[in-house]
Amino acid sequence: MNKKSTGRCLLIGLSVVMTLVFLVVPLAVIFTSAFGKGVGHYIATLQEPDTQHAIWLTMLTAVIVVPINLLFGIAAAWAITKFSFPGKRLLIALIEVPFSVSPIIAGVVYIMLYGARGLLGPALASVGIQLMFTVTAIVLVMLFVTSPFVARELIPLMQAQGTDEEETAVSLGASGWQTFRRVTLPNIKWALLYGVLLCNARAMGEFGAVSVVSGAVRGQTNTLPLHIDLLYHDYNTAGAFAAATILTLLALITLVAKAFVEWRFPGGRKAQSAH
Amino acid sequence: MNNLFTKTLVVAALAAATTFAAAPAFAQAKSPSELTNVSYDIARELYSGINKAFVGYWKDKTGQTVTVAQSHAGSSAQARKVLEGFQADTATLNQVTDIEMLVKGGLVQAGWQSKYPNNASPFYSLPAFLVRAGNPKNIKDWDDLIRADVKTVLPNPKTAGNARYTYLAAYAYALSKNNNDQAKAQDFARKFFANVAVFDTGARGSTTSFAERDIGDVLLTFEAEVFSVRREYGDTKFQVVIPPQSLLAEFPVAIIDKVADAKGSRELADGYLKFLWTPQGQEIGAQNFHRVRDPQVAEKYKAQYPAVKLVTVEDVFGGWDRVAKEHFADGGILDQVFVKR
Repeated sequence: MNKKSTGRCLLIGLSVVMTLVFLVVPLAVIFTSAFGKGVGHYIATLQEPDTQHAIWLTMLTAVIVVPINLLFGIAAAWAITKFSFPGKRLLIALIEVPFSVSPIIAGVVYIMLYGARGLLGPALASVGIQLMFTVTAIVLVMLFVTSPFVARELIPLMQAQGTDEEETAVSLGASGWQTFRRVTLPNIKWALLYGVLLCNARAMGEFGAVSVVSGAVRGQTNTLPLHIDLLYHDYNTAGAFAAATILTLLALITLVAKAFVEWRFPGGRKAQSAH
Repeated sequence: MNNLFTKTLVVAALAAATTFAAAPAFAQAKSPSELTNVSYDIARELYSGINKAFVGYWKDKTGQTVTVAQSHAGSSAQARKVLEGFQADTATLNQVTDIEMLVKGGLVQAGWQSKYPNNASPFYSLPAFLVRAGNPKNIKDWDDLIRADVKTVLPNPKTAGNARYTYLAAYAYALSKNNNDQAKAQDFARKFFANVAVFDTGARGSTTSFAERDIGDVLLTFEAEVFSVRREYGDTKFQVVIPPQSLLAEFPVAIIDKVADAKGSRELADGYLKFLWTPQGQEIGAQNFHRVRDPQVAEKYKAQYPAVKLVTVEDVFGGWDRVAKEHFADGGILDQVFVKR
């Protein structure tokens, strides 16, 4: 073997070992631990009303959060890449704040703002609005944490595409909506879908920020990640892993969907930007 | 490709619609006959037992079907949550100072301790030790916890009432051993904190650190918790050590007046707290290794409670007000021995 191929073998071997140790083994542990007390216990855990509520709540919050962030992402990317205005760089930086801020800080900030002793909390309470420790609070922090995902996928792509096609469309008499619907959207759709999938995965998995604002009452404000933590501390390790398999499955479905997007449109994001 | 994209959107929309359609089944949970109880971390099993029994008891007594929601975390973290607007009707915490915080915040009326028997504390316990099977480090008393070869596990005394009791018990022991010499007691406390391997925010986190993650030689937590750990993990892995002297840990309860009045749930909340003193409630406490007030129930379960000399916060430290000022206030003795450990 010459030097080159030795190096190649080493690199491949290293990444295979790393993948096994850090990805495959933990995944296998989740599933074996989940069935550690038998299939009956596994099914019993998943049939628990509290667990089912946690699954339902996680999906509900994702279903609310993702479309809102989809709209936000398109609007932000559209504004940033198709128009020039003062403060554009600042806006880009602001959109990325949730990426750099630890989720727990996001949670605490919301408490400081909307909690009973917060800045806006007392005013809201006086008109009978309770935000913190409710499902609304969970949705709010999830919105914050996942807001950059769609915009971040779209901005580089739309910047590379430029505004030529839109300008042509407008000069041919297309309205703003027609331009967006027939020119911009077809160009960005795969990146958009990709951003949505990432956003969804993060929303369903978010723990830190949600744990601060949710109150974590079983059957009320307990999302799946919180529920796993709760079961674990109830000495119910097998139950915690059983719930974890559901969250893992949701994540795997997202991954498969993502792989499908990449397969259906091979090199799609690159090809699009070459327009 | 446009088609595929549209199809994907349609599928997503359908998924969304299905999720929303399933909503009403759970939305019913918030009815006026619902009670939320905030409690300390290790009381999960205790209150889940209490809640089940209470639903039947209340149905027999009033004909009303109720549900009780429970929330558990470090006692002070829970009090904080209520101050920030968490809508709980009752608080069953593990420290007088935590309910006093709610009094200061205007959520609980002053004089709450006189509204129920036993200073409004239906159960009590004491800081105790859980060691690995066979007690390999031979840990018998508080003195052993400051030995150089011993690593301890307890929650953060800043967030968990449980750990503050342990700290006070260690401090009380040091005082009694050193003829009330404060400087020597503080030195003891400093060494005590230097031996801690990991601080979790709630007591249950500490239990999992010790029992599941195999950290440390001894877990310091309530007697009620050490026995239930042994029950969960079997007799072969761990051993309970009750030191000859410990500190009385009372678990005070109160109605969160502001919330109960706003929700109109006072009657239910009062019934719930009174239930804790019924023989049925006391029996559930004993089954979860809490020491109980009812003489008959205490007699029935006396085999599970080893004899121990219990000193009180009132006798050793001059009451919770003084402890709060001298030990737990910012810059107090706890800060001095804890931060500069």
